[in-house]
Amino acid sequence: MSTTDILTRMETDAAENGYYLCPDKELLDDLIDGLSTNEERYGYGSCPCRVAVGSKTYDGDIICPCEYRDADVDEFGMCFCALFVSKEMMDDPSRMSSIPERRPPEVQKAAMEYDGAMEESKIPMHQLKDDIISVKDRKNSIPVWRCEVCGYLCAREYPPPICPICKAKAERFQQFSFG
Amino acid sequence: MNCMKNVPGKNCGHHVAIYTLSTCGWCKKLKRLLKALDIEYEYVDVDLLPKSEKEKIMKEAGKHNPRESFPTLVVDHGKEVIVGFKKDRIREVLL
Repeated sequence: MSTTDILTRMETDAAENGYYLCPDKELLDDLIDGLSTNEERYGYGSCPCRVAVGSKTYDGDIICPCEYRDADVDEFGMCFCALFVSKEMMDDPSRMSSIPERRPPEVQKAAMEYDGAMEESKIPMHQLKDDIISVKDRKNSIPVWRCEVCGYLCAREYPPPICPICKAKAERFQQFSFG
Repeated sequence: MNCMKNVPGKNCGHHVAIYTLSTCGWCKKLKRLLKALDIEYEYVDVDLLPKSEKEKIMKEAGKHNPRESFPTLVVDHGKEVIVGFKKDRIREVLL
């Protein structure tokens, strides 16, 4: 996929989710180039600012837009790379700076072990898969939010800035519980 | 480490090593800043290493930054470690 196609895809994604693309043009270009390189290298657009191992199972959480983007934009106004930023960050880009890594170290460790195992066949594949699934199971505690306008549901710490389906604002979301 | 590449600079009061990814935007910013400040440094783009070396270097980087995130800047073999692109801190420590 060309860099223009990737940029268009990310612009669409940002607009749908109430985010903005990196206001630092040089950084934006570098990130899009990095994504393009990773697409060529791995067959999917893995996060340009994180180390990938080339397995979709283990890199799945860091395929852009990554699983940590929403929580990072909520807390820091930008994702780990700064590809996606909040409205507030867009209005005052001077606040942009590297943020801490949210990807759990045990998830990265499992990926790196897989990488090593592929090299030396030390650890059976199915065992590693169990590891990573149990790590990800902890996400059950994330609250679920319901768009009161269209019924869209999402699981994240805070409601999204806008509903990606009907564009209703964050205040139209209510916390939702099952049963 | 022999996979480190040296970038010459006039300011070489400290030994500066950075662990980077060739695809990472903040890593590129860091390299540009060190170049602009004319600081001599060595770097390794971890994503470009063969698997066996990658594991070794990740462990080495992990000693300085347990989260193994990029970029990681190591001053004088570990006297100071700066994780991420922190412009002001870098100037403070290196100039």
